[in-house]
Amino acid sequence: MRNISPVWKGLLLLVIAGAIGYGIGLGLDALISGALNTSGPVGAAFAILFAVTAFFFGIYGYRGITRGLVYQVVGTLLGALLITGIRALMGLDNIFGVYLFSEPAWVVGALVGVVSFLFGVGVVHDWVQWSRGIDTPEHHADEPGWEKYFGVSLDHKVIGIQYTITALVLIAIGGTFAMIFRTELAASQLQFLTTELRLFNQTGPQIYNTLMSLHGIIMIISILLGISGIMNYAVPFLVGAQDMAFPRLNAFAYWVSVPASVLMLLSLVLGGFDTGWTGYPPLSARAPVGMQMFFLGVFTAGWSSILGSLNVIATVVRLRAKGMSAMRLPILVWASVATSIIALTATQLIGLSFQLVMFQRLFGMPFFDAARGGNPVLFQHLFWFYSHPAVYVFVLPGLGVISELLPVFVRKPLFGYRWVAMSSLGIALVGFTVWAHHMFTSGMNEYLRVPFMYSTLLVAVPTGVKFFSWVATMWGGKIETPTPMLFVLGAIIVFLMGGLTGPPNAAIALDLHLHDTYWVVGHFHDTIFGGFVFPFFAAIYYWFPKATGRRMNEFWGKVHFWMMTPSFFVLTLGMMLIGLRGMRRRIVDYDPALGFDFAQLIMTIGGYLIALSVLIFIINLFHSIKHGEKAEGNLWNSRSPEWQVPSPMPVHNYDVPFEVVGEPYDYGLKDSKYVEFSPNGQKHIEFTTEPEVQPHRH
Amino acid sequence: MRRHFIIVGILVIVMSVLIYIGLDSAGLMPVVASAQAVDVDWMWNLEVIAMSFLFALIVAPLTYSLIVFRRRKGDTTDAEHMEGNTRLEIAWTIVPLFIVMAYAYLGAINLAATQRVDPQAMVVRVTGLQWDWTFEYPSVNGVTVVSKELHLPVGQQVLFRMTSNDVIHSFWVPEFRLKQDVVPGRITELRITPTLEGSYKVRCAELCGTSHAFMENPVIISSQEEFDAWFDVALDEAVTASQTPEGRGQALVSANGCAACHSINGAPGIGPTWFGLIGRTEELTDGSTVVVDEAYVHESISAPQAKIVAGFENQLMPTYSFTEEQIADIIAYITTLR
Repeated sequence: MRNISPVWKGLLLLVIAGAIGYGIGLGLDALISGALNTSGPVGAAFAILFAVTAFFFGIYGYRGITRGLVYQVVGTLLGALLITGIRALMGLDNIFGVYLFSEPAWVVGALVGVVSFLFGVGVVHDWVQWSRGIDTPEHHADEPGWEKYFGVSLDHKVIGIQYTITALVLIAIGGTFAMIFRTELAASQLQFLTTELRLFNQTGPQIYNTLMSLHGIIMIISILLGISGIMNYAVPFLVGAQDMAFPRLNAFAYWVSVPASVLMLLSLVLGGFDTGWTGYPPLSARAPVGMQMFFLGVFTAGWSSILGSLNVIATVVRLRAKGMSAMRLPILVWASVATSIIALTATQLIGLSFQLVMFQRLFGMPFFDAARGGNPVLFQHLFWFYSHPAVYVFVLPGLGVISELLPVFVRKPLFGYRWVAMSSLGIALVGFTVWAHHMFTSGMNEYLRVPFMYSTLLVAVPTGVKFFSWVATMWGGKIETPTPMLFVLGAIIVFLMGGLTGPPNAAIALDLHLHDTYWVVGHFHDTIFGGFVFPFFAAIYYWFPKATGRRMNEFWGKVHFWMMTPSFFVLTLGMMLIGLRGMRRRIVDYDPALGFDFAQLIMTIGGYLIALSVLIFIINLFHSIKHGEKAEGNLWNSRSPEWQVPSPMPVHNYDVPFEVVGEPYDYGLKDSKYVEFSPNGQKHIEFTTEPEVQPHRH
Repeated sequence: MRRHFIIVGILVIVMSVLIYIGLDSAGLMPVVASAQAVDVDWMWNLEVIAMSFLFALIVAPLTYSLIVFRRRKGDTTDAEHMEGNTRLEIAWTIVPLFIVMAYAYLGAINLAATQRVDPQAMVVRVTGLQWDWTFEYPSVNGVTVVSKELHLPVGQQVLFRMTSNDVIHSFWVPEFRLKQDVVPGRITELRITPTLEGSYKVRCAELCGTSHAFMENPVIISSQEEFDAWFDVALDEAVTASQTPEGRGQALVSANGCAACHSINGAPGIGPTWFGLIGRTEELTDGSTVVVDEAYVHESISAPQAKIVAGFENQLMPTYSFTEEQIADIIAYITTLR
């Protein structure tokens, strides 16, 4: 086995353990139900849990993430068995069922599993030690090479890359789901997701609903992890800090997202859920047990978002380099602060709204059950109070990346820095007042819709400021177009499409036509691709050399861009077109009489080309780590501090602290500098082997 | 620089006009079949003007810059240093502010136009259920016409008073434009004035579960005479049906959307078919078998989860509050299906 590469070993074990898990699940299921359900939920659930765990065991051995996953599997089973035992003692019927365990048993098991994962992976180790009065050092020695990414590290750069890779994995999974149902939609009538199909206890249309819902939520979590990746990786070195303010909390925030992702995968096989990622009751109060896995997954991932944003704010407030006043912050830092303010204060609401439905299902509390005095529309208010600002969480860091990179490739200062910085805060604040524009058709008070139209249209003002500033930045510049810049330009145009297709949704009467159609789907994908996906790719192409000392292949980067961008326009313009003409969203099939077949076929081809281009990107990414062209210096000729030190970035970022002596984007101003390294400068944190916190001793 | 500004200015205007003409002539909206659709399309046109102009305003100078201000080969110097222009910044904050407020004002006026109330409006009660629509017309002599098809006369405002039996649905006829969610536990209203005779479909626009995609019922807009003729026939049928148990049973089945899951012709569905149900032998989830008789059907209606037929365990039937007489009527109807 020694000569086999770890990845092949992991894949081999994945297949073997998957088969073993499937067999065990099938056996247990047969024992309880007396029938062999080969395409049922139990075999699949065990197969997934075993396969994922074994894959990491093959790559990394029994430590770090592998141990976390083993703990999660064991914890889940123990928790579920505990509740099953209690229910048996209480003399309840149906202690086992089609999903092996009953719903309460799965819920408690999943929760125990998440907590167990955190203990298993070791991310709470230091806190446990402190509670016992034992000191721990600030910096564990990270292993060299790739292995450190599979275990707990406190280095913000490692965590940033962990976030980014996890986000890419989830993008691949969510994208695959999308390709499955996009293929089904390529022609009218049911092709392979038929009503006769039975998979994981679901018929074809139910599988469609589950995949469509999971595509939504998995992409949303991947975006949250992706922006955390950018912010974790870049913010500390942009402000001149050696790490985030709370490195252990930082690691915790990352690792809690891993068991959350496992819960999402489990929801697919445990009966799925047919509500979309919005989870509106009463439908979500009736869906199978997969619904609960979805709620718990979102709930758990929410912790990642809340704690991560707390850390970003603390880092920017406390750990800036000398001379880095508010108006000399890199613009991406402003965007990160704005996005973190939203994530820190609004995420609780989606957790709350899902928790209320969970309790309605588990304990019969009829919060949203109209027959028993509940109010289904109340859920929508709670849900959108987070979920609208959440889209600004998704896009603000991306817009920050655009503003950050544009001056570098235009060789000219960012036009109107202050206005761009303030526009991020403006979007964040106005974003809190617009949630009910998702509810114009909901049956909420009809006059109350009008103020939400006004507030929604207000968002256009700070967003417009950004666009005008970008255009003015490019005007009269000396524009270069390497791959990161191509993605920045793509981001601007795609986000413009998303921005311009927004105001029609704000006009209430017009929205009563557009709401819940493919028009909205197209609009949303434009905002997210423009505000997150394109800038995310730009950021990866741009900072890849900083992480590895090599650059990604330019040729394949350009192929990626030129394949993805036109395909994406075809896809989303097609969505908007058929949406206007009557294509409802979230449907497994459409009336052939509407004449959408040709448009759907073209859109599906566009979708496949996007998937292919992302595959090219992923291959390019992993190939370039070892074989990319060396790039250890200031590759993009940037003024930013991280490019003034060699790549890959040293472990503690700056051996010599810097002082801010100028404006960040003064390209073209003779003899000006943004930062100056001064050996005598004041250091912010003295890193020693002593812990920065002295625990209480008893 | 002045030359550049003039060229870009012309480009923006030309591009705006071309995009507007293109979008306007593409006929993006469905047929206009209601008075409200005229108002909605008026607002849409305003939005298309704004979208065309703003797209050109950003994309024209951006593309122009990419071509004219590209880095020349061998040039390694930076561009001319220009940090900003406060007057310009204020202008492009304040001017858009006024424009969006104007659009919001117009949007409010437009909303009011689509909500105009005609006191003479005909009231149709709409019920959404998984996965069907039923339409109830005003009673005549205590008999109510309940239909799966929405028949409406042209030119008269209709007030839909809507509710749901189970989960949230949304009433949408794209040709009418306006849509409204149908929510359990409350009555929501929608006013539509059909203006164009023809056949359309009401399509559920809010995800409502497994067969959401297929929750489409016919909408027929006809002249007042044709509508009256249809209504008289439907009323006669309703009067006749109300006089026999199986007729009343069929009306109940129809009003409660049972056929969305239980086919009456033997076709597979979400629930077991009713065709030849009485006397059939069914295998249950616990492995036992049962010969279906009236007592079993009665139990399955009043306590749907008591004995579930194998293969149907994932889609649980909701509980309905029927009276004993109603259940007897429904069984009488099911008995006729063989």
